[in-house]
Amino acid sequence: MSTQRSRAASAAIYGLAALVTLVSVYPFLYALSTSLKTGSALFDPSLWPSGASLRNYASLLSDGEQPFPRHVLNSIGVSVAVVALSLALGVTAAYALGRVSFKGRGLLLGTILAVSMFPQVAVLAGMFELIRALGLYNRAAGLVLPYLIFTLPFTVWVLTTFMKQLPKELEEAAIMDGCGPLRIIGQVFMPLLWPALVSTGLLAFIAAWNEFLFALTFVLDNDERTVPVSISLISGASLYDIPWGKIMAASVLVTLPLIALVLVFQRKIVSGLTAGAVKG
Amino acid sequence: MARIDFRQVRKRYAPGLPLVIKDADIEVGSGEFCVFVGPSGCGKSTLLRMVAGLEDITSGDLLIGGQRVNDLPPAKRGVAMVFQSYALYPHMTVAENMAFGLRTLGADKAAIERKVRAAAEMLQLTPLLERLPKALSGGQRQRVAIGRAIVKEPRVFLFDEPLSNLDAALRAQTRLEIARLHRDLGSASMVYVTHDQVEAMTLADKIVLLHAGPLIEERGSVAQAGPPMALYHRPASRFVAEFIGSPRMNMLPARLLDAQAGHAEVELAGQRVRVAVDARHLERQADVQVGVRPEHVVVADEGEGAPLPASLLHVERLGDTSLLYVDAGPGLDALTVRVEGAAARAPGARLTLRLRAERLHLFDAAGLACRRTVELPT
Repeated sequence: MSTQRSRAASAAIYGLAALVTLVSVYPFLYALSTSLKTGSALFDPSLWPSGASLRNYASLLSDGEQPFPRHVLNSIGVSVAVVALSLALGVTAAYALGRVSFKGRGLLLGTILAVSMFPQVAVLAGMFELIRALGLYNRAAGLVLPYLIFTLPFTVWVLTTFMKQLPKELEEAAIMDGCGPLRIIGQVFMPLLWPALVSTGLLAFIAAWNEFLFALTFVLDNDERTVPVSISLISGASLYDIPWGKIMAASVLVTLPLIALVLVFQRKIVSGLTAGAVKG
Repeated sequence: MARIDFRQVRKRYAPGLPLVIKDADIEVGSGEFCVFVGPSGCGKSTLLRMVAGLEDITSGDLLIGGQRVNDLPPAKRGVAMVFQSYALYPHMTVAENMAFGLRTLGADKAAIERKVRAAAEMLQLTPLLERLPKALSGGQRQRVAIGRAIVKEPRVFLFDEPLSNLDAALRAQTRLEIARLHRDLGSASMVYVTHDQVEAMTLADKIVLLHAGPLIEERGSVAQAGPPMALYHRPASRFVAEFIGSPRMNMLPARLLDAQAGHAEVELAGQRVRVAVDARHLERQADVQVGVRPEHVVVADEGEGAPLPASLLHVERLGDTSLLYVDAGPGLDALTVRVEGAAARAPGARLTLRLRAERLHLFDAAGLACRRTVELPT
């Protein structure tokens, strides 16, 4: 096989890449464009808004009826808490599942995976009772618990896989150096699992950030909402007025943190997804 | 500084599985360099890991410095280990790697710094202190691993096949460094595991040769323990005789004719051969094996010792010596003979081997050695 691609093949590859980029980025660009339009300009399909204004953003951030900034803060709080808890529980669980051999380890791993197979609707009623019983109903912080249902299984699985690849002698060297399990995890394994932690943490953050059903069901109070629900509840002056501009402005604002996170961590993600593929 | 005693130590990985270690009674004297050697699967690493505290002891006692340590955690035993793969922490610099154990134990900063500097100086690692392990060569990593052990100032150093990842030239050099380290550190005992008998012979004050396979169950784990030359010249069994020495000892089937206090006579390939051992405990006509090392067979038409006619099969010239592979008659395996210089004989040549009584070993049918009555010249 020649390592040098022909001109035509290169063109095809770049063409396809451009197409994929266009298809995935276009809706976002359109949302961005729409968020800058007001009034009847909304119904002009051109991508470049004539007479762009930030009025939608201003009204979104100042509107007393829907405290959008507050919702963003709620979302950030919930997502960060979910990531922190998932990683803390995930790493410790992965140490036990990946490094300690005990009976029923395979079964336990299978069970953890099985948890993630239930559709959200199936656990909704039971979770509702649980949330109520724990006194977490109608609080943004209460969402952290149900979110762990879908973040923990993959966090544990991915981290267990990485944990298993770390050499046993490293752990034994740490034991000889007087480390207990927590120290081994914190000072020896965590620094080596960094890429895996970033990748799984980011995925958990995105999952928690985008979650809608639980957020809609378990929170009623307007001050405690998270952004996906908040956006769905943005309403116009009358029942028949759908404020597209404002909705799009909110969507853009909500997408920006994710884009920023991915850009910041992208190098780590790539090495996280390939680390351990080859020895060394 | 601290002696190590194994007392009737046994190890079984799970109930129902065979014993990996059986009735090991081993003493490693204070300041001694002791090498555990044996074929793969003999449990030498398991024994070492027991001293380290990484492996549980099924029954028996392990004492370090006279104190029973069976249930003491690894960090409290005053031992430090050098792993086969070095097991350096990849995210820490050389200095941090060496300091990690001391930091964990809560030593104060100035003391850590001083010890790391001293160890680095000793191992010529000073210019590398701020590097990460991935930027080091194999030999340098090896030295860092040793440095990490030194800074802890342990009573006992444990080495688990530390040279097996190095290439041949570096291996010889590092072997010398380890020997020098042992001299410099003087008081600390060292236990060293290897499957390489050259390392065992050159480094050890004491070699502990371990059985593998069914022999563990039959005779216990320890085949023989003692100074290298004792194992070489007075092997206690066929197993020891064949393991120590390269090329390995020739074994010739024979029949015992007569046994006196000073020597025995056997019939070997139709010849009456005298062996300088005490075989009076064996019955006449018993099947025995005569062992002779390749360098102890003499090729000479005239001279001392029982003559054994043979024909040359193959010659390997090593420069300083040559190895002759000879056929000494039906019923005998090909013998290996080591002669000085480049042998100028061609395959097919007829020659006469001489077996001298004081150079021969005698093993009974079970493979146990008869006591030698004449010391071999060392």
